[in-house]
Amino acid sequence: MQAASSIGTSLDFFLFVSFALFTIGAIGAMTRKNMIVLLMCIELMLNAVNLMLVTFSTYYGNGDAQIFVFFTMVVAAAEATVGLSIIIMAYRNLKSIDIDMYNQLKN
Amino acid sequence: MAKDLTLLLLLALPLLGFAVNGLFGKNLPKIMVGSLATGVVFAAFLLATTLFSGLHGTQIVHLFNIIDFDQLQINASFQIDALSVWMTLIITGIGSLIHLFSMGYMSHDEGYHKFFTYLNLFIFSMLLLVLGSNYFVLFFGWEGVGMCSYLLISFHYNDAQKGLANSLAGRKAFIMNRIGDVGLLLALFMLLGQFNTLEFLQIGAAVQQNTALQGGAMFFITLSLFIAATGKSAQIPLFTWLPDAMAGPTPVSALIHAATMVTAGIYLTVRSNFLFELAPFTKDIMLYVGLATTLFAAFMALRQNDIKKVLAYSTVSQLGLMFVALGFGAYTVALFHVTTHAFFKALLFLGSGSVIHGMHEEQDIRKMGGLAKLMPVTHFTFLIGTMAISGIPFLSGFFSKDEIMAQALHHNSFAYVVLVIAVTMTAIYMFRLYFLTFHGAFRGGEALKSKVHESGLSMTLPLVLLAVLSIFGGLLNLPGLFFKGAAHWFDHYLSHSTFGLSEVHNVHLDFNTSIGLMLFASAVAIGVMIWAYLNYAKRGALAKEDTALSGWERLSAQKLYVDEIYHAAFVKPLLALSHFIGKVVDIQILRNGIYALADGILHSANLTRKWQTGFLSSYLFWMIFGLITFIAYYILKLSVWH
Amino acid sequence: MSLQIISIILGSLTLASALMVVLSKHPIRSVIYLVVTFFFITSMYIMMNAQFLAIVNMIVYAGAIMVLFLFVLMLLNLNKEMEPMNTKGAQLAAFIAGGSLFLVLITALKDTLILGQTYRQQDNSIGLVKELGNLLFTKYVVAFELTSILFIAAMVGAILLAKREKQIIE
Repeated sequence: MQAASSIGTSLDFFLFVSFALFTIGAIGAMTRKNMIVLLMCIELMLNAVNLMLVTFSTYYGNGDAQIFVFFTMVVAAAEATVGLSIIIMAYRNLKSIDIDMYNQLKN
Repeated sequence: MAKDLTLLLLLALPLLGFAVNGLFGKNLPKIMVGSLATGVVFAAFLLATTLFSGLHGTQIVHLFNIIDFDQLQINASFQIDALSVWMTLIITGIGSLIHLFSMGYMSHDEGYHKFFTYLNLFIFSMLLLVLGSNYFVLFFGWEGVGMCSYLLISFHYNDAQKGLANSLAGRKAFIMNRIGDVGLLLALFMLLGQFNTLEFLQIGAAVQQNTALQGGAMFFITLSLFIAATGKSAQIPLFTWLPDAMAGPTPVSALIHAATMVTAGIYLTVRSNFLFELAPFTKDIMLYVGLATTLFAAFMALRQNDIKKVLAYSTVSQLGLMFVALGFGAYTVALFHVTTHAFFKALLFLGSGSVIHGMHEEQDIRKMGGLAKLMPVTHFTFLIGTMAISGIPFLSGFFSKDEIMAQALHHNSFAYVVLVIAVTMTAIYMFRLYFLTFHGAFRGGEALKSKVHESGLSMTLPLVLLAVLSIFGGLLNLPGLFFKGAAHWFDHYLSHSTFGLSEVHNVHLDFNTSIGLMLFASAVAIGVMIWAYLNYAKRGALAKEDTALSGWERLSAQKLYVDEIYHAAFVKPLLALSHFIGKVVDIQILRNGIYALADGILHSANLTRKWQTGFLSSYLFWMIFGLITFIAYYILKLSVWH
Repeated sequence: MSLQIISIILGSLTLASALMVVLSKHPIRSVIYLVVTFFFITSMYIMMNAQFLAIVNMIVYAGAIMVLFLFVLMLLNLNKEMEPMNTKGAQLAAFIAGGSLFLVLITALKDTLILGQTYRQQDNSIGLVKELGNLLFTKYVVAFELTSILFIAAMVGAILLAKREKQIIE
């Protein structure tokens, strides 16, 4: 295979993108205070992991990882549903979606 | 009936009495409680006589295994031989008489059923002690009698005036006994280490086969056994509990603290004779401790004014006499004296109990006098007891003491001289007690005098029986001078089937020395009796008040200040140490240390609590930080350290 | 060669849109950029011949979940409010932490066996619907059925949470 020189199609490129996506998601989760954006950043990180799983699945020629990604999506969908309902609920209580307002458990 | 069945029944009967009285005694009528308790002990005595009559050789009755693993095997088994059966006879015989006496003596007591429960338990424990075929069963009995002794000494613990003193006396006895028990335990462990068994016969056989054992091990084992004996049998330095133990009811003093339990130490020594024979140094220690005890205790008894205290010191003194005999290796002689002593000391104690009962709990001889006419039976029997213990010729004490004196004269003339002094003092304090109590004028006041009465039949009957035994007890072991055929029956009886005793032979002095010895002893005893009669009965000398005592009298009355010395030497330093630990170690170090630790945790917790900001972003930050560390660790592990 | 260029372009567009998700002030924009990001991720799945996942990703993420986000944003009506932002220092710390994480991850990547490997042409059928369907309904059928329970629980939870409290009491 002459793929060693072809950067575009080599699998480590996808891994690189996956890591970058994860990092961006993490930075977003740390900097932003809007709860909805935070949820989006978490979705971003989840997708980064999915991408990585698919990359390894392709590398090993094994479908199990892709099934795992499928289940991840299932869980992510459920998580987004519940998470968003919680945000609605929280907004009703404090009229704010600033995450730092919700620190009542601290003391 | 088979022997083993007899033996088990013999053990079970007092236990049955204990269980029934302990569980249901409160709701049973007094007469039933007393009859049951007395009945089981008397039945045990009858069983013991059948054992005695059918005795030949040594027999082991195996019941079950207590401990059984690897090489160690400890059995609950019992040994029927001359020694154990003889002790059983004394315990159940004297025991049933004293039970009978207690029925009258304790009749007004609230703890009637409790008293008989304890007494039956004591009889059971004591039988366990003497019948056990190994040191382990003996130890069980040993602890059992110690506990019963404690319970019975502090029997009147809630008495309004003397409750506290009674409890303290019980505690003292318990602690003193505990010191001795440590000795016994040590001996047990050493025996296990040396012989890998605790059975008397097996140890005996091992000792006889291997005479190379005479080294230090034997010395330490026998010394530990002797320490145990000093605790139980009230020898110097552990004797001070016995006089205090007189706080218990008088039948208890008679049974436990005169006739049976205190002789457990002598029994232990006789049982272990094969060990002591290999440890001459321990025997020497025993001899001199016995000598010192008999002398000092007799001295202390001279100026006691409590009727029971005199008898208590007398008991200590007589026990010392027995240890002197043991120190000479004259085991049968010691046991002979145990027997006669059980007769006359039980008689004296019961007599004093009868006096105290008739005097309505008055124990001070300064308040007595002239009781001979008021209590004729008690007076007569008490006189016999006094004469027996003082060594008036042809009473039981005369023979048994004379044997010991003969041994002393043969082995060690210094010991003989000391014994003569002690025996003379014995006669002096006993006759002083007798004359002050029963002769002269009544000193307790007219009000009391009108209430003094002779005790009932249940109390006088044991007195009479014991008086008979005290008179004729000496026939058991007549010296060789009279009735050659019947002489030394007891020696032969014991030596016949008790392990080790057949190896030991008592010295028998020649005819002239024996006669001389007896004449001298008789002269001393009779001389003292006449002197006491002249001094106390004729001249009317009275017991002095504490303030009027001269130098040596004060020393005697204050018991040579032994209690005070012990208090200063052991109790006070211990108290100071406890105080130090309680005030300094506990508070300064332990409590403050724990407080400091708690404060430190609180402060550090307050510091780390700041970390919990409640802001999600900071948590995320730390999470990422952890993630980085985690991955970095694995990268380093794989690339750098690999 | 063209595949290389396409993948590089797709990769950089993915990262750029992902950055815009984080950087844009308004949540609506974030959602839109997130949808775009998901599109590019889908395209990457296609490049790796994971056809089934590409379609599912498109439908579930870019379709359902993002619509949900938009709905919520509309419901909350946040337009008037200023977007809450962290302090500059916190942002700097976040970027440093993220940067270090990225560096560490790249360092880890450096040593992997996968480096410089292309996907294997002979195995590229594993991402097809038929293959995954076989796996899903044989080996993972229990887990697949259990997801339905998860979804029911999520549905019930969402309805309960989003209901007004008074209605719950009634």
